[in-house]
Amino acid sequence: MAKYTAPIQSKASQFIDVIVILVLTIVTLYLPSWLKLAGSSVVHKTVDNPTWDSLGQNATMVAKWNQLGYADAASAADTITARFDYSFTAINLIAMIVVIVGYYVIILRYSETEYRDVIAEKFDGKEK
Amino acid sequence: MADFDITSKERDGMGPHGTNVGLLRVLGPAHVWALGVGIVLVGEYMGWNFGVAKGGAYAALIACWFAGILYTCVAMIDSEVTSTVAAAGGQYTQAKHIIGPLMAFNVGLYLVFAYTMLEAGNAWTVGYLVQTVAGMAGHSGLSDKPFIVLSILFLAWLNYRGVLATLTFNLVITAVAFISIVILFAMTVGNHGEFSLQHADLMSGQAALPYGWLGVLAAMHFGLWYYLGIEGTTQAAEEVRSPARALPFGTLAGIMTLIIAATLTWWVCVGLMPWEYLGISGVPLFDAARMSGSQFLVVLLGIGTLFATLASANGCINDASRAWFAMGRDRYLPGWFGAVHPTYRTPYRSIIFLVPIACLFATQLPLDQLVTFSILSGLLEYTFMPLNMILFRRKWPLDTIKRGYEHPFHPLPALVLLALCAVTFFAVFLGYGTQLVAMIVFYIVVSLWFHFWRYRFVNRGAQFTMPWPRPKGY
Repeated sequence: MAKYTAPIQSKASQFIDVIVILVLTIVTLYLPSWLKLAGSSVVHKTVDNPTWDSLGQNATMVAKWNQLGYADAASAADTITARFDYSFTAINLIAMIVVIVGYYVIILRYSETEYRDVIAEKFDGKEK
Repeated sequence: MADFDITSKERDGMGPHGTNVGLLRVLGPAHVWALGVGIVLVGEYMGWNFGVAKGGAYAALIACWFAGILYTCVAMIDSEVTSTVAAAGGQYTQAKHIIGPLMAFNVGLYLVFAYTMLEAGNAWTVGYLVQTVAGMAGHSGLSDKPFIVLSILFLAWLNYRGVLATLTFNLVITAVAFISIVILFAMTVGNHGEFSLQHADLMSGQAALPYGWLGVLAAMHFGLWYYLGIEGTTQAAEEVRSPARALPFGTLAGIMTLIIAATLTWWVCVGLMPWEYLGISGVPLFDAARMSGSQFLVVLLGIGTLFATLASANGCINDASRAWFAMGRDRYLPGWFGAVHPTYRTPYRSIIFLVPIACLFATQLPLDQLVTFSILSGLLEYTFMPLNMILFRRKWPLDTIKRGYEHPFHPLPALVLLALCAVTFFAVFLGYGTQLVAMIVFYIVVSLWFHFWRYRFVNRGAQFTMPWPRPKGY
């Protein structure tokens, strides 16, 4: 097979590629976060009529909250009771592992095919 | 063994297109150290503290040290490959020569998104800082959005014009930011009455490890933020006088400096603020200064935060646009991006293209998500490194080409790095699982787009520019 000569891409085709990259970035990265489908899994524990004691704050902590501008327990309650929800199912974990491992498998496999062509053309002067 | 010797004094490395003309070798270990610390120091001023929210104060410190081990492995591995692939492009060029075009395309994107999201995070911090200072001056309710957009536009304009902050200027800014941390530490230790550090009381009871040991694991997610970008030191491989000495020494010295700075930062912040507040703070060191009772420290750390974020954002625009430009020049992306400005000699189209993306993310998403996007791109890159190292040694064993530096105990550092990356993926999964999946889906989709469409515009053999023998097994 003769040496591969890449075709010249037209300006219109280049423009479409630019739009594709932008759309992919916005749809897969920005939209999930903007729609609150992605992001931190923080939950707030509801405390009725919170006091510093009921929020588990000692005298030093209370003094620091006051210095930070939180005059009473109610104003700091949301911040103090916020906790990450680390619960997950085995299916969630397996799905994550499959997605990550699958991603690297795809890349390494396709890269290998492309790489063999590169090496063949570089060292043999032709593609296999 | 191939006769090309990267340590040769006659031949100073390969140009990006396989020419024998390289850049001048003028940098020493101190420059490498300064380059690394300069890029990364902003990590002490914002972002690291989200690890406190994920696991508590002790968890953030343990994560910081384990992340230090991860980056030590990164430095060891990257020093060997870069001291041999001493060409412009860093890890992107390595991937092209060792694994293949699709991997290189992904590595290029990792660099672009790690830097662009960091740039967005820096701009977010500038806006938040201005908003906070305005609130302290009695002008509460000021919108941060115009300041975010203005800072991105201003720095992009500087890059467009080529009026880049020089290394010396960046060094001064970085030095001010670093010294500010040391002064804050020096002025807050000891007895200052109600403004004293109160570690014992603030970390007592459930505040010590609020999520138990699972929280320590979860905090590893933001542990990377203390050092993210330090691997950029190896980008200077082509300009270093002695890669064998300067790269590992400068990079490891940089990591040690950052471990010290991070520990000082952690010590002061957790001694002045309840962990629940520290975990959500946008500007933790500035908040620590506010809690110190010293007006001088408030001004100093405000300036330090501003300097660290602007210097980092400037470097991010520079690095991201050059990575995008390099992919355009290689036709991995539309060749339109590979243009150089006729007057300013800058990759102006790449600079302009990334501006709206940075503005969109910086103005619409919270800082922890911006930081997570940046960390995820970095993490994917660190996972590539051990694979790259193992294949490098397999395809070109030690007796086939001379390395500038051979890292010891192979494959132990690669395996440790792979294990720590796996732990960090799990740490991100805890609390940010959907964002992790979104990012991987993005990379899978763009990879398929590249392989089945884009790659037809790339010449094959021309991608391999190193004067190496044929790889073993091919």
